[in-house]
Amino acid sequence: MSSTPSIHAVSLRQARLVYDGVTLFDGLDLSLPQGRTTCLLGPSGVGKTSLLRLIAGLAAPEPPTQIAAHGAVAYMAQHDLLLPWLDVLENTVLGYRLRTKFPGAGDIEEKRRHAATLLTQLGLGHALHQRPATLSGGMRQRVALARTLLEDRPLILMDEPFSQLDAITRLELQDLAGRWLAGRTVLLITHDPLEALRLGHRILVMAGRPATLGQPIEPAGDTPRDPTDPAVLALQAELIARLRSAHSLTPGGRP
Amino acid sequence: MNGLRLLVTLVGLVLLWQAIVWLSGVPAFILPGPLLVAAALLDRWDLLLEQAAITAAEILGGMVLGVALGMASGAALVQFAPARRWLLPLLIASQAVPVFAIAPLLVLWLGYGMASKIAMATLVIFFPVAIAFYDGLRRADPAWLDLARTMDASNGAMLWQIRLPAALPALASGVRVAAAVAPIGAVVGEWVGASAGLGYLMTLSLARGQTALAFAALLVLSALGLALYFAADRILRGLVPWQAESVAADD
Repeated sequence: MSSTPSIHAVSLRQARLVYDGVTLFDGLDLSLPQGRTTCLLGPSGVGKTSLLRLIAGLAAPEPPTQIAAHGAVAYMAQHDLLLPWLDVLENTVLGYRLRTKFPGAGDIEEKRRHAATLLTQLGLGHALHQRPATLSGGMRQRVALARTLLEDRPLILMDEPFSQLDAITRLELQDLAGRWLAGRTVLLITHDPLEALRLGHRILVMAGRPATLGQPIEPAGDTPRDPTDPAVLALQAELIARLRSAHSLTPGGRP
Repeated sequence: MNGLRLLVTLVGLVLLWQAIVWLSGVPAFILPGPLLVAAALLDRWDLLLEQAAITAAEILGGMVLGVALGMASGAALVQFAPARRWLLPLLIASQAVPVFAIAPLLVLWLGYGMASKIAMATLVIFFPVAIAFYDGLRRADPAWLDLARTMDASNGAMLWQIRLPAALPALASGVRVAAAVAPIGAVVGEWVGASAGLGYLMTLSLARGQTALAFAALLVLSALGLALYFAADRILRGLVPWQAESVAADD
């Protein structure tokens, strides 16, 4: 597996963020290699989500921050953010619903067919017309994954997308996500070292105040990796050691 | 089972009423017994129905206008910051003025006909609907709005497709309150000055010592209010079928 490819889908230079008088980061550089999954770990409150919101365009960058991004992003959060009044299919095409002026436009009909196929491949073919309230947590997060994939954006941002799920469902979702996200540029925030090692091509630990990014860990092999692979487990030990020192470096950092 | 319980309650109340009449021995023009009221109800049903239709039209007119204006104000408050700064304090201050105190003015300006009663009902309904809708629109989950923003949704699309449906449960609460108070607006309007309606019939028959007829009008008015509330409730439940209820409806 080659290390960092030369093309960067996104690069962030000299990023600076002061929140409530506290400098979360200053002069932070981050590049996301094209077609790869970058995982970002670190203590709570270190500024991971703020960094992601900056890239998503949800927060205004502070000077001298420079963001060079190619096009728009698709965003998947910790909570599935399914709208309770829409069924599974309509939730999946939400982006197209929001961007279209007429609900019956031809374009969105095509997207609905697309979405139905995608949902069927994700094992939700039987639930297309159910409301989210009738689904389990794992199913809901699969719908959120389908919605994110259908957006078909050059960059996918994920903020602890599987943290609310039980261990087995989480492994299942990681398998699905690993397969479906192959070839896409992804920034994944997670608290779970194993999740990062299963899905990431490049793993970064964010620590300190102001925060910096450590040397990347670049596990070998295709994703999603086997969680019982000895190489993965060895890296997990290293990553946990780094996270431990990250916690001691970050004031108020919580595991 | 439910019907039986309701019947038992009603029979109990009627018996209690009759017992009070017997025991206290007050004359019928002060407190008529249930039999006298029932007789008035049967005797004058055509008159009562005619007046009820007028009051019902006033209430419904007020509901439609009040809900429409309340929703429009709620949406304006959320969409435009200047509206929030200028309109919201005015809206809240306006509630310090008792609606009943304005009733004579409305009759003076809009006349003895239905217009002044519809205006009264609209005034009573407007505020709970506007505030409930505004609160609902404001409390849409910010994470939903963030998601919509990353999807390049316009402000209008976010209002229509996210804030509005998210506000429907709150709006429904506001409309339920409105349905419960709407008859007050119409009837107060009729008391102050009218030539028709159940409120007018009540004041008129009380002045003539026909207390049983006034009671019959009151019963019809209560039935009207209940029907309005349950009809509104039924429609609102249909509008927000996704809202889970944690208390069973028939409990």
